[in-house]
Amino acid sequence: MGFEKFLFYVFAAITVLAAGMVVTRRNPVHAVLYLVLAFFSSAALWLLLEAEFLGLVLVLVYVGAVMVLFLFVLMMLDIDLATLRAGFIRYLPLGVVIAVVMAVQILLVVGPGNFGAEQFPTPAAAAADVSNIEEVGLLLYTDYVYPFELAAVILLVGIIAAIRLTLRRRPGTKYLDPTQQIQVRKGPDRVRLVSQVSTAGLREEQGARDVAQSQEDGSA
Amino acid sequence: MHFDAANLLPILPEIAVLLTAAIVLVVDLYIDERHREVIHGLTLIGLVVAIALTGVVGGGATELVFAGNVVRDPLADLLKGAILVVSLLVFIYARPWLRDRGMLVGEFYMLGLFSILGMLVMVAANSFVTVYLGLELLALSLYALVAFDRDSSRGAEAAMKYFVLGALGSGMLLYGISMVYGATGSVEFGAVAEALATQGMENKVLVFGLVFMVIGIGFKFGAVPFHMWLPDVYEGAPTPVVLLLGSAPKIAAFGLAIRLLVDGLGSLQADWQGMLLILAVLSIGLGNVVAIAQRNIKRMLAYSTISHVGFIFLGLLAGTEQGYAAAMFYTITYAVMATGAFGILIILSRKGFDAERIEDLKGLNERDSWYAAMMALVMFSMAGVPPLVGFMGKLLVLEAVVRIGFVWLAVVAVIFSIIGAFYYLRVVRYIYFDKPEEDAPALASSGGVRVAMSLNGLALLALGVFPATLLALCQSVFGA
Repeated sequence: MGFEKFLFYVFAAITVLAAGMVVTRRNPVHAVLYLVLAFFSSAALWLLLEAEFLGLVLVLVYVGAVMVLFLFVLMMLDIDLATLRAGFIRYLPLGVVIAVVMAVQILLVVGPGNFGAEQFPTPAAAAADVSNIEEVGLLLYTDYVYPFELAAVILLVGIIAAIRLTLRRRPGTKYLDPTQQIQVRKGPDRVRLVSQVSTAGLREEQGARDVAQSQEDGSA
Repeated sequence: MHFDAANLLPILPEIAVLLTAAIVLVVDLYIDERHREVIHGLTLIGLVVAIALTGVVGGGATELVFAGNVVRDPLADLLKGAILVVSLLVFIYARPWLRDRGMLVGEFYMLGLFSILGMLVMVAANSFVTVYLGLELLALSLYALVAFDRDSSRGAEAAMKYFVLGALGSGMLLYGISMVYGATGSVEFGAVAEALATQGMENKVLVFGLVFMVIGIGFKFGAVPFHMWLPDVYEGAPTPVVLLLGSAPKIAAFGLAIRLLVDGLGSLQADWQGMLLILAVLSIGLGNVVAIAQRNIKRMLAYSTISHVGFIFLGLLAGTEQGYAAAMFYTITYAVMATGAFGILIILSRKGFDAERIEDLKGLNERDSWYAAMMALVMFSMAGVPPLVGFMGKLLVLEAVVRIGFVWLAVVAVIFSIIGAFYYLRVVRYIYFDKPEEDAPALASSGGVRVAMSLNGLALLALGVFPATLLALCQSVFGA
């Protein structure tokens, strides 16, 4: 028990610190990296709770896919940090007062009196042959099948909304059409012969024009 | 584990709406630009089927299905029916506006149908998980719809505000739910109510969670002081979207409040009564007073919504069966009134012109006296003039409040209603006593819209004169 408790405090402290860094970093990319750290240590906490499957999925899905995508988006966007921070100092005193009051209130309620160890005795450890995946799957597809399907509909709405709000057919867009590309024939489509005036001829023409120019200047 | 197909029976209306949305999604891909109106027809058929199914599977004793996540009881039946009927009117009114602006596209109908699905899920939810998912389905569809006119910067700004504040409201609600879950150990309303009954009131966590839940409900209703998003969204969003957003979702929000506060946390009634009291008084006061200063009729109707939300809360906070029934009657009739008001604004709009200022209603009587009469009915009803239904609603709510001994509250509500009558009657003055602007063309509207608007306006009169049927339905829901 002792070592587990030690691990818990280490990971919990890392999570809280990382979460604090997420909201205080100037550079949004740094903030996202700290968020990745927060997710990672939360996954470790879940492992301690014997929710191994959820912990691994958190790392695979959130850290591996969602946050990487998020980083991409962040690097694509041109965020003006100055305007983002413009109201920061002005609203800081009020924000700090409200945050402190709320934090104290929450601590009073969510303290050991209501959520302490004696209120929630440690559940018995799961047997070695209990499979996390099986348990989660059973619950999702039996008791919670209705909310599960609803979540699927919400994702569909997300897709439709994103397409409606962003997809525009721009007439001038340049893009490659692979079906046309592979139909290119060897002869006429790949090589085109262009008749070109030789460079020597060009130079002579240029010289003649210069002479004519200087004669005009002289006469004027 | 064996799945009982009887589980599917109570959610047949939801299935019908979801299928309609899916069919529209696929048909929209293959249909020719000229035949786009087919989508409109499909949507209306789907909604009518859903209304019929609500009637078929409705009635009878309360049933819990899907392991207690969904409930079918008289409350769910009646609210579902009301939501579907109001939404049907919304789509009928919206069509000409969308067609004139080249926005009659499948996405409007899909997102609209999904928002209706979200509302149906909310009012039939029996666990925190289901109610939250229904709420998010509704909210996400509405965020996208508010920004539906992609070239309008006002629409984008309104959607952004709505999204940020809506997400904040959802966050509050979730935090409250997590507290209640922590204290009771269940997300199902029945189990939560049972745990509350055995634990009694000692647990501070419950009240703490309740505060956050009430804040979340206040956000979704748009009650003062959580109303900031409402006027901006009403002003910035396209009028058909405001029509959709300002009518049926109020019924769903009422369902949300009843499910969370009465079904789940009914034994904390003494606590949430005080919270709702503050929200109600502030909403009625601020909504009515600020609405007077508005020149934009959409903003004016937004503040009017806020004041009506105050009245709905008055009925809820009474905490009696009579109060709940009165609040339900008020909510349903308000949704019908709001549909009529925004429907008229859509009829007044035409290609390249949106009726937004109160002056745009000038001389409506000379341009089309029938629509003028309908708008006057809506305005009188909102002001609470007898014999229209708005008066009945206010009377029932006030009666419930007086019964529990809050006479002063009823007096405050009446005083602010009288102040509020000013801006409704001002609209009527513009309609009847002012000349129309010189360049105002005749109103062009199809026969279907005219029939729907006539039904809508006359319903306000009919329900006001004969309120007994709807009232008896509302009362039977709560067993009063």
